Amino acid sequence: MDVVLWVVVPYVCLTVFVVGHVWRYRYDKFGWTTRSSQLYEDRLLRLGSPLFHFGILAVFLGHVMGLGVPKSWTEAVGVSESVYHVLAVAVGAVAGFCTLVGMAILIYRRRTVGPVFSATTKMDKAMYLVLATVIVLGLANTVIANVFGHYDYREGVSVWFRRIFRFDLHPELMAEAPLGFQLHGLAAFGLFALWPFTRLVHVFSAPLGYLTRPYIVYRSRDDQQLGSHTPRRGWERTR
Amino acid sequence: MRVMAQMAMVMNLDKCIGCHTCSVTCKQAWTNRAGTEYVWFNNVETRPGQGYPRTYEDQERWKGGWELNRRGRLKLKGGGRLKKLATIFSNPIMPSLKDYYEPWTYDYATLTDAPAQEHTPVARPKSLISGKDMKIEWSANWDDNLGGSAATAANDPVLRKISDTVKFEFEQTFMFYLPRICEHCLNPSCAASCPSGAIYKRAEDGIVLVDQDRCRGWRMCVSGCPYKKVYFNHRTGKAEKCTFCFPRIEVGLPTVCSETCVGRLRYIGLVLYDADRVLEAASTPDDHDLYEAQRSVFLDPSDPAVVREAERAGIPRDWVEAAQRSPIHALINRYKVALPLHPEYRTMPMVWYIPPLSPVVDVVRDTGEDAEDERNLFAAIEALRIPIEYLAELFTAGDVAPVDAVLRRLAAMRSYMRDLNLGREPDGSIPAAVGMSEEEMYDMYRLLALAKYDERYVIPPAHAEQAHALEELATECALDYEGGPGMGGSGPFGEGSGTPTPIAVENFAMLKDRQTSDTVAAPDRSGRVNLLNWDGKGTPQGLFPPKDEP
Repeated sequence: MDVVLWVVVPYVCLTVFVVGHVWRYRYDKFGWTTRSSQLYEDRLLRLGSPLFHFGILAVFLGHVMGLGVPKSWTEAVGVSESVYHVLAVAVGAVAGFCTLVGMAILIYRRRTVGPVFSATTKMDKAMYLVLATVIVLGLANTVIANVFGHYDYREGVSVWFRRIFRFDLHPELMAEAPLGFQLHGLAAFGLFALWPFTRLVHVFSAPLGYLTRPYIVYRSRDDQQLGSHTPRRGWERTR
Repeated sequence: MRVMAQMAMVMNLDKCIGCHTCSVTCKQAWTNRAGTEYVWFNNVETRPGQGYPRTYEDQERWKGGWELNRRGRLKLKGGGRLKKLATIFSNPIMPSLKDYYEPWTYDYATLTDAPAQEHTPVARPKSLISGKDMKIEWSANWDDNLGGSAATAANDPVLRKISDTVKFEFEQTFMFYLPRICEHCLNPSCAASCPSGAIYKRAEDGIVLVDQDRCRGWRMCVSGCPYKKVYFNHRTGKAEKCTFCFPRIEVGLPTVCSETCVGRLRYIGLVLYDADRVLEAASTPDDHDLYEAQRSVFLDPSDPAVVREAERAGIPRDWVEAAQRSPIHALINRYKVALPLHPEYRTMPMVWYIPPLSPVVDVVRDTGEDAEDERNLFAAIEALRIPIEYLAELFTAGDVAPVDAVLRRLAAMRSYMRDLNLGREPDGSIPAAVGMSEEEMYDMYRLLALAKYDERYVIPPAHAEQAHALEELATECALDYEGGPGMGGSGPFGEGSGTPTPIAVENFAMLKDRQTSDTVAAPDRSGRVNLLNWDGKGTPQGLFPPKDEP
């Protein structure tokens, strides 16, 4: 059972995540967008959207720190366990709280503002459900497990997570983790599997290239391309 | 010198009667789809008026276009790259639907379905956004012909600029129409604002387009464009804008708005310009000098040095010849009667306007004086300061002198040509008074009054050897693409997702599909018919009462 939950499920979800994105990008470039609803309503959005997005960016960076950086590294640069713990809980709780409030505002907006609701797809609804679950569980872990319990995820969950990518499998690390962490992890992998098929793909379009590209883009007609769409494989021009 | 060719347009505002044919045909050709109900690539505004979207010219509020920073360098008025990324989650300067209008249709079914009753049934307006009953309060041309202007025209940002003490009576004597399309600027701020780099300027003809595959819906172009001519398709989540009808231009046809213009007031042609000098011209310190600066960027296509450089830049010979015959070059640089719209936005717009003289003529005529006498007209141009200042705010960043000169030239042409038409001895002093020769004046008259189709539209087609690279020419089977013939409707991730369809097939399939499936809000549910899209064939569901079974 542990193997299924903590080895098979992660690999299946990550595979879907990667292959799904490749497929979606090839099949559906036109559908690859943020699907912004700002045109319909901007009063609530102005409040909720930055709150949520900046919050979740901070949460993401926190996860990079917590999951990606081994405990030995932070201790090597002189950050003791207790300092790290206080920092992580404080920053994590604030960021998580912002994310949650922002998300609550956005979901409220999506449900109550008529045009926004009618522009919501089934995929959106499923995604919101999973995303909200992940965020609530994560915040609950930060608050409950760190304030009341004493589980050092950096010696359990983090090690297990990093080793997934090294094909060094340790399902027992996850099986020993508290229930909250287990659920959060499972929900997160669920979200990864759902990711390529939702509007979340816009995360990978974060326009960082804007900072370096020239302002005006010139483009010539592409002599290699026939017509307004990319030729199918095997039908490209030969010269 | 780096020679580039630009497809440009000039509109003669004297001839615009405000019939909106250009807007309607453009809409039928390009934006009759769900998600673009409020999108008008071409719109006609009554001036004075607020424009579309409302008060878009108030750049202190909307922050479109460029401005100079303290060091005299160009920067985006809406903020630089970092600020754009910081406000990407909620663009604070993007107009909302309220600033455009809530599009609607009518509940036509009640007209045919209603049972016999005492009162005539009424087709109620239904919002195309929410699908609910709505109260119509504004539209793309709500203040058409100054309708309701007593209440709203005071919001006109141009009017507010010229004087606080303007009495509103002048609008009754000074009203004109301003048809607007995308300016296809030499220095487009929409392209500069696009975080994804999806908006590009075509190197061959300067047409500014949105790559629908690369657009990610960040909405920065909408606020970046000072003319508010990039629109957000709220169903596909992508930006859309006027394409200068590039599939038509590529085969040598004028744009739909020009082709259908009743007053024949639009001119299309090539302009050659020096791409190396665009930035310098756009950074001209004084707003008043921008008109001259932009004119100086254009090159004389008859100059052998320019022709040589153009050939070196790979511009085909017949394109250079077309540039030499271009009515745009003649109106802008030879006769100097065309002016750019809001040069102070520093985007170097490429749709120019001949300001209207007819309001001035009307004023003179109303006084009972001879409205074709050049002295009366010149005196009226002198006297009508406020209208002239208004035109100057539109076309020369408030500098009255160039507008004055243009109007004098048009007035001189009017009285000079009257003598000719009445068989009298032409008076050479009239053209001389505005610095033109008699021959030039006659040529200008020909171009403004008589020019036929092929003189108004000098459009060199893209080259036959490039034919296969053209975006619309049917050199391959139109139905030969993934999903097969007749694919239409929605992919799995919302409207329009999936591989792009060739334009021609899309229109065919979409019209076929929408004929039966366009509901008020969502196109997937049946029941409502968009009469605009119904071509009279077939029996769309909901349009006719159910047939009696035999």
